[in-house]
Amino acid sequence: MKILEGLLYTKDHEWVRVEGNKAYIGISDYAQEAMGDIVYVELPELDEEFEQEDTLCAIESVKAANDIFLPIAGRVVEINEALEEEPEAVNEHPYENWIACVEMADQSQLKDLMNAGAYEEFIAEAEEE
Amino acid sequence: MFPYIPNTDEDVRVMFDRLGISDVDQLFSDIPESLRFKGLLAIGAPKSEIEIRNMMHELADQNLSGYGTSCFLGAGAYDHMVPAIISSLVQRSEFLTSYTPYQPEISQGTLQVIFEFQTMICELTGLAVSNASLYDGPSAAAEAAMMSAGVNKGNKILLSATLNPEVKEVVKTYMRFRSIEVVEIPEKDGHTDLEAMKEMLDSEAVAVMIQSPNFYGVVENLEGVSEAAHNQKAHFILMQDPISMAILKTPADWKADIAIGEGQPLGNTISFGGPHLGFIAVTKKLMRKLPGRIVGQTVDLDGKRAFTLTLQAREQHIRREKATSNICSNQAINALIATIYMATMGKEGLVEVAEQSAKRAAYLKKQLVATGKVKAVNNRPFFREFVVELPKPAKEVNQALLEKGIIGGYALSGKDENQMILCATEKRTKDEMDHLVRVMEAIL
Amino acid sequence: MIQYDQLIFEISKPGRKGYRLPIDDFTGFEVSDLFPAELQREGKAELPEVAESQVVRHYTNLSNKNFGVDTGFYPLGSCTMKYNPKINDEIAGLSGFTCIHPLQPEESAQGALGLLYDLELKLAEITGMDAVSLQPAAGAHGELTGIMMVKAYHDARNDTKRTKIIVPDTAHGTNPATAAMVGFEIVEVPSDETGGVDVEALKAVLSDEIAGLMLTNPSTLGLFEKNIEEIAALIHGVGGLLYYDGANLNAVMGKSRPGDMGFDIVHLNLHKTMSTPHGGGGPGAGPVGVKQRVAEFLPKPVIVKEEDGYRFEYDRPLSIGKMKGFYGNFGVLVRAYTYILTMGAEGLKKASEMAVLNANYMQARLKEDYILPFDTICKHEFVLDGLKGMSEIEVTTLDVAKRLLDHGYHPPTIYFPLIVHNALMIEPTETESLETLDAFCDAMIEIAREAKESPELLKNAPMNTIIRRVDEVRAARKPILRWVKEENHG
Repeated sequence: MKILEGLLYTKDHEWVRVEGNKAYIGISDYAQEAMGDIVYVELPELDEEFEQEDTLCAIESVKAANDIFLPIAGRVVEINEALEEEPEAVNEHPYENWIACVEMADQSQLKDLMNAGAYEEFIAEAEEE
Repeated sequence: MFPYIPNTDEDVRVMFDRLGISDVDQLFSDIPESLRFKGLLAIGAPKSEIEIRNMMHELADQNLSGYGTSCFLGAGAYDHMVPAIISSLVQRSEFLTSYTPYQPEISQGTLQVIFEFQTMICELTGLAVSNASLYDGPSAAAEAAMMSAGVNKGNKILLSATLNPEVKEVVKTYMRFRSIEVVEIPEKDGHTDLEAMKEMLDSEAVAVMIQSPNFYGVVENLEGVSEAAHNQKAHFILMQDPISMAILKTPADWKADIAIGEGQPLGNTISFGGPHLGFIAVTKKLMRKLPGRIVGQTVDLDGKRAFTLTLQAREQHIRREKATSNICSNQAINALIATIYMATMGKEGLVEVAEQSAKRAAYLKKQLVATGKVKAVNNRPFFREFVVELPKPAKEVNQALLEKGIIGGYALSGKDENQMILCATEKRTKDEMDHLVRVMEAIL
Repeated sequence: MIQYDQLIFEISKPGRKGYRLPIDDFTGFEVSDLFPAELQREGKAELPEVAESQVVRHYTNLSNKNFGVDTGFYPLGSCTMKYNPKINDEIAGLSGFTCIHPLQPEESAQGALGLLYDLELKLAEITGMDAVSLQPAAGAHGELTGIMMVKAYHDARNDTKRTKIIVPDTAHGTNPATAAMVGFEIVEVPSDETGGVDVEALKAVLSDEIAGLMLTNPSTLGLFEKNIEEIAALIHGVGGLLYYDGANLNAVMGKSRPGDMGFDIVHLNLHKTMSTPHGGGGPGAGPVGVKQRVAEFLPKPVIVKEEDGYRFEYDRPLSIGKMKGFYGNFGVLVRAYTYILTMGAEGLKKASEMAVLNANYMQARLKEDYILPFDTICKHEFVLDGLKGMSEIEVTTLDVAKRLLDHGYHPPTIYFPLIVHNALMIEPTETESLETLDAFCDAMIEIAREAKESPELLKNAPMNTIIRRVDEVRAARKPILRWVKEENHG
């Protein structure tokens, strides 16, 4: 299982890559492995606005559907349309294949997220339980 | 002994011994004493097959039905021909006594039938994706409305006044609990008032629902409806009779987003209103919002073509409270019937059924009007049903027809109580229709 | 036998016909005159062109690719796959039932109305309720009807703060989906160590915002909810209603009634408990029963009996409205009525007793090789948590299920209820013989042995079916949901 340095992580196993005022959102390697074969990524609409912890979109595997929660409030400015045709890309390269990019409304919300080290510990603890 | 319970006294003793019990009630000891039902249910004693047959034939015989009765009633359930092979094939108990095809390895029969059904519904409607069927036409309309309410933003849905009242009622029930207001688009000479519709459409509308041929049998001209709906980010839901789709413009031709309908005319008996089947088809864009079961084609481990339930992430057993709908079954046997019917009638037959129904209805209307006692209510193109104005309440006329062994048309009420909707399918012979005309002439 | 592998479209040939209609002698009525060109379809729907004999052979061949209760043992938990008596089909097929129109004058359909009326009475007696509507088309539809009535009941009292429905974690997926469709928020309560509702956890979520509780009893674990009286008192105490999901009624007919347990609304699955065929996924019938205080909210119309016969009553101002066209799946209702008459009071009671005995017997036989998480008396079904020592040999519940196919059985329900991770939910029903139960248990035990000695037999299963495991990922990633002409297949 890979955890990439330089990204921020949530307890729901999303990752966030900050670029200026923009945040790219994806799911972690741990999450894609737990979900199994991803068959569909339901993308949000461009320009849609979300509060922190809103459901941004859903990712479906054969036997499950998982909501992706947005860890920071914001407006969707980019979506990764390539995933519509190739959802398996999330399985193959979870850290390259972001799902959506939002323009952050409040950057201070980033402090609620974990860095790579903290996320690794979080997973280790979760595994023990 | 009961014929459906094979356990003998000896079998029961063997099982008791294994469990270390001496009385079956020991297995019910977990039910609190106060909740144990004492005595026997007041539902009567068991009956033999002979007694059952006698009783049930007596009940069936109290209903006016079958051959010898001419039925001119439609209004949502239609007396089309049912090919003989249907009753024979649906009794194949491999179809009849199986359940939802969760195990594709031993359910390829049901799965392939549904795949064929989906294909035929797509062919008829012209739309990209069909599901495996829904409970019936009215509930399909409600599911379509729910779908639009889920996808689009807004708090109201527009329903044409010319929709079948059963459909309106069911949609209203579902929408009431979804807190969506149902607004009725008025009618003009038996046709949806499209000008009024355009004025009523605003950004709060999630969908416009229209039926064609509508409740009065009128074939609606729906030019511009789709564009008007889409301008307000609303769906156009078109309810259309499946037989009519063989010869009339399809939901796809009218650029509908969602096509729904009552599938009963496709080989299903009327059976006092059920079981029938509803169908729903949507554009590719809405595929993953479609409620209910969907079958897809794939391959097995050896690369052989196979069918399986798919896109299940939409469904209740996975999504629970986030599911598109709570529906878990379809009307599989009725969909099987519809599939066999469409296969039997085929490309040419369905056209012929549609044409013959339309021509017979036109003949009947002409003959009735020719009596001088019955007036046509409008002169719009109609498919299988039409409205006439009688000199007295239609309900009274129906009573008089019933005495002659004829089931008349649908009696409208209120200010239109003198109006009747009559129906003719390919089954109504010239003799039957001429007889109806003579009887009408005599009683009016 | 040669394996049949064609779609109906692939045996189509232009010019073939499977029907014959009367000669069209309506000259002077041309389609082109009846409909202006702008209303007519261009081109024909590409339906198949096949002869009647081909249609019959095609669908007969397809039926051979299916497995039904008439084929073999089908212990699909929570689905009550009991034998479907043939007399029911014969009766439902009488033309006095199939050829009647729902809108024909009531006096010409008294047999049908009388049948429905009496069926309502009998279902009310079986469930201990005061009134029944036969309108819902299936179990989930009955649930929806019931939960709409919960909402209507509170609304009619202007009690609008009730926005929450409590659902246990063992509930059928339809329960939360249904409550959400009616706009309720779902509050999930966990199960306690005995598999019942955790009463303390339930108390913790109670408030005047609770509209009701949805419960299956016996639960999806096959266990009778022993604390049901206390649970009912708690829910009623905060002004909520109790909803009974009747999926598991086959355990308690004539033994205990939901109405007596304190439930206000129930739905039944006639295709489960009352032996009507499941039909590959429908049609079913999901009547709802209610206590008097909820009766005015039932769907309309209701059937009333008057001196000169039966009629439909539409004047029901507080009714939730109509749930489907007409009055319910009549053909299914006729079958259920025939069944109830055939069985009578003694028969239904005996059916539940034998269903429960059969389940307990199988549970006793299987618990040595499979994990039994709740080792106690079960009702009509029980849940195993996979093979003992399964994690070491990396065999899954799915593998066990697939291997059962090779042994000629339909597998049990798997991976449900969700709280039992490797669940195998087994429901034998009362219509199976001891020999069948034993043979199935032998197969399960044999599979447990195979799992240890040659796990590849399970991993590769099924081998004896007409197709092997299917690629569900491919089906969902690149959906092919209809046949298209150009396509070639291998």
